[in-house]
Amino acid sequence: MHKTSPEVGGMGHAIKRKEDLRFIQGRGNYVDDISLPRMVYGQLVRSPYAHARIRNINLAKAKAVPGVLAIVTGEDLAKANLAWMPTLSGDKQMVLATGKVLFQSQEVAFVIAEDRYAAADAAELVEVEYDELPVLVDPKKSLDPGAPILRDDREQKNNHIFHWEVGDKSGTENLFKSAPVKAKVDAFFQRCHPAPLETCGCVADFNSATGRLTMYMTSQAPHAHRTLFALVGGIPENNIRVVSPDIGGGFGNKVPIYPGYVCAIVGSLTLGRPVKWIETRSENLMSTGFARDYHMTAEIAADKDGKMKALRVKTLADHGAFNAAAQPTKFPAGLFSICTGNYDLQNAFCEVDGVYTNKAPGGIAYRCSFRVTEAAYLIERAVDVLAQELKMDPVELRRKNFIANNKFPYKSPLGWTYDSGDYEANLTKALDIAGYAALRKEQEEKRKKGELMGIGISTFVEIVGAGPAHTFDIAGIKMFDSAEIRIHPTGKAICRMGTKSQGQGHETTYAQIVAQELGIPAADVTVEEGDTDTAPYGLGTYASRSTPTSGAATAVAARKIRDKAKKIAAFLLEASEADLEWEPGKFYVKGSPSKAKTIQEIAFAAYTNVPPGLEAGLEAVDYYDPPNLTFPFGTYIAVVDIDKGTGEVKVRRFIAVDDCGNIINPMIVEGQIHGGLTEGLAIAFMQQIDYDESGNVQGGTFMDYLLPTAVETPNWETDKTTTPSPHHPFGAKGIGESPNVGSPAAFVNAVVDALAHLGVKHIDMPITPWKVWNILKEKGVTG
Amino acid sequence: MANKQQVKITINGRPSEALIEPRTLLVHFIRESAGLTGTHVGCDTSNCGACTVILNGKTVKSCTMFAVQANGGEITTVEGLMKDGQLHPLQEGFKQEHGLQCGFCTPGMLMSSLALLEKKPNPTEEDIRWGISGNLCRCTGYQNIVKAVQYAAGKMNAAQGGTK
Repeated sequence: MHKTSPEVGGMGHAIKRKEDLRFIQGRGNYVDDISLPRMVYGQLVRSPYAHARIRNINLAKAKAVPGVLAIVTGEDLAKANLAWMPTLSGDKQMVLATGKVLFQSQEVAFVIAEDRYAAADAAELVEVEYDELPVLVDPKKSLDPGAPILRDDREQKNNHIFHWEVGDKSGTENLFKSAPVKAKVDAFFQRCHPAPLETCGCVADFNSATGRLTMYMTSQAPHAHRTLFALVGGIPENNIRVVSPDIGGGFGNKVPIYPGYVCAIVGSLTLGRPVKWIETRSENLMSTGFARDYHMTAEIAADKDGKMKALRVKTLADHGAFNAAAQPTKFPAGLFSICTGNYDLQNAFCEVDGVYTNKAPGGIAYRCSFRVTEAAYLIERAVDVLAQELKMDPVELRRKNFIANNKFPYKSPLGWTYDSGDYEANLTKALDIAGYAALRKEQEEKRKKGELMGIGISTFVEIVGAGPAHTFDIAGIKMFDSAEIRIHPTGKAICRMGTKSQGQGHETTYAQIVAQELGIPAADVTVEEGDTDTAPYGLGTYASRSTPTSGAATAVAARKIRDKAKKIAAFLLEASEADLEWEPGKFYVKGSPSKAKTIQEIAFAAYTNVPPGLEAGLEAVDYYDPPNLTFPFGTYIAVVDIDKGTGEVKVRRFIAVDDCGNIINPMIVEGQIHGGLTEGLAIAFMQQIDYDESGNVQGGTFMDYLLPTAVETPNWETDKTTTPSPHHPFGAKGIGESPNVGSPAAFVNAVVDALAHLGVKHIDMPITPWKVWNILKEKGVTG
Repeated sequence: MANKQQVKITINGRPSEALIEPRTLLVHFIRESAGLTGTHVGCDTSNCGACTVILNGKTVKSCTMFAVQANGGEITTVEGLMKDGQLHPLQEGFKQEHGLQCGFCTPGMLMSSLALLEKKPNPTEEDIRWGISGNLCRCTGYQNIVKAVQYAAGKMNAAQGGTK
């Protein structure tokens, strides 16, 4: 690969972000900043009960509030056949409740008023009479014969959603029968929430004169949402424009379509005025896009010397009241079958059962390529349990079982083909930075003094960049993605993609890809995403797919432009194409570097002096269908100290050595890792959306669902190895999710390691001081 | 609703006046009456700090305060940081040190950092971490925000001839 100058700012340059200038001046344009003439406000009325029959809804008092324009109920929507909507998992979900409610905070009515205060006042005055029904919060009881049937709308009269299995069951059983060593762990990956700092919201603007709906919304997948609005709402797709403005963080929360969006559209259609709907924080945490909630059991069969033979995984997945997981159609448990990790096993078998409970719907991929986080956590936890069983160092055990470098591309027993990896070198680098041997020695000395210190390792692998279209689709739409590049006569460019940044810095990184491929300075390349009227069709940004798909499309489109530029250069230089050489920014005649045409000169000629027989203009579009997924990996090492008196865990050091292939912008990659590790820290130690036995949400505010502040967050030590993806146009793999996928296991392994000599084998997240203090008390360590 | 009240607040040196319901939140006055949308609402419960502004020299979370309480006061928001077309050293620091990603927390972060540096021109890392502890960031992990504030402190001190 050519190395561009810092002024051009191609691949590998840590150039400063183009989007920052507006954000640091308070000039971003988030959805709540949008204000349209005659705009009105919507407020949802939500259920206080987790399971109840709706006896009556009385709107009289609410309608009397000055400024109230309309109140929509489920019965109203039913008349338009809109009371239910399809989910992205082949299930359906109530937009506004009819008959009964199935989770606390479920949407029951939508009040529209002249201002947000009046809307809130009126929502308070909507009187709903409920008859409470038995509540089901424990998924383990969902399939009990006496369990209440939650979804009486279904033909199937139980709470079972799906059974999914993959792998060789009998082959795996046989290996287990003969294995001398077995390790088992029951690990619950608790219900979490992505909680981006900006909640979800929209402004729906239906223009009755033109028949056109403009939908400004917090959408990670604007094109897919446009198509779904057309299919479900019956509005011709050319009459729908979805605009996803600046997004204040997404992390998967902004992939599904929520009832609030649909209600705002209905409101705008009804009133002929723009309707704004913005969630409060509690609404966001209680009703939209939860993640995880996997009750998992992993068993490993191994030899006495620690050679792992087989893995068996059984999981119960709590999907809440509606299966609203946002994931590829063929994968009800997402890419959970990456659970064999980076270990070379003879066989494996994995099964997942999904069930309904009286909880908010979802199962979204929170900073995660569809259940990869659960899988990575499970295998990395299970390997540590095996090491404990064998009394082996967890590093040595991992080394013994890594997929060897000469085995790539590697076919896993659960069916994936890993593109590339060098796990040994990556691990070694992390151990060197940590000073692993010295840490173990320190731990030994501290133990003698009765102090609690732990070292946790996680050597994870990810599977990202969905996907090859032959395997992956969302609601039937194939998971390719796109880029369109137009070079202006003066050599500047505009690009548009089917993805949508939510803070990842696409305006900078995509420009750098163009800079790399065409030699046009990144500063001269404008990147625009999120407007379905202008951007080429794509499936959006989640699952670390932007670089593997739209990033690849950008490179391929740029290469198409370069091919045409070559023809123009040959014409201008009166040379044959075969005699031309490329270096970033210009074509020159072989052997005479002074006979050259810059890309800017070529661009000008494309509009002013077009070669005979060639079309004018210089632009290209590419829809990229990746031949395979990419498999980023890394080694994370957490060093923790535990306060015996309080049970508080202090993360003293955290070393993260990532391998995401070739890097576009190292500054942005490092920033993604810092942020993802901080989210992993929160999951490991602070966060859970829990429910009491009546189905009341226990994590519905930032006082109950904790986000780490700068005080709790340690400094992260980052480094990298580079193993390019062999099938990606510039060898990149994707990074956004690795730190969130790989880190929970490192934190938990560190805490368990600190307590292992006391006989502790596993602790479920979140590892709160209270939980640790109770263990210390039980073990007689603290009074 | 209760009788509306005339409120006048000076924001970034310019008076802003409106007839509002007494219950109007300060953040809504800033965003909707004054039209300055840089100040954000992230949680409505004063946990996240995205709505932080400086009122009469002190940081306040404008989502949990009524506009009438700020009547007659002087407010600085993110839009007031730039002077004579020049970025404030804090704004520059956030860009240079990659102290932001989605940008939603950034205005509040900048205001808390500004208040910190006015009190402590030479903050330690711990001072900075405590100084921004009322502001949540979901993207950066704070490490680069700390660097951004250090960058600004260095630059502001150098501009004042290294005086404390």
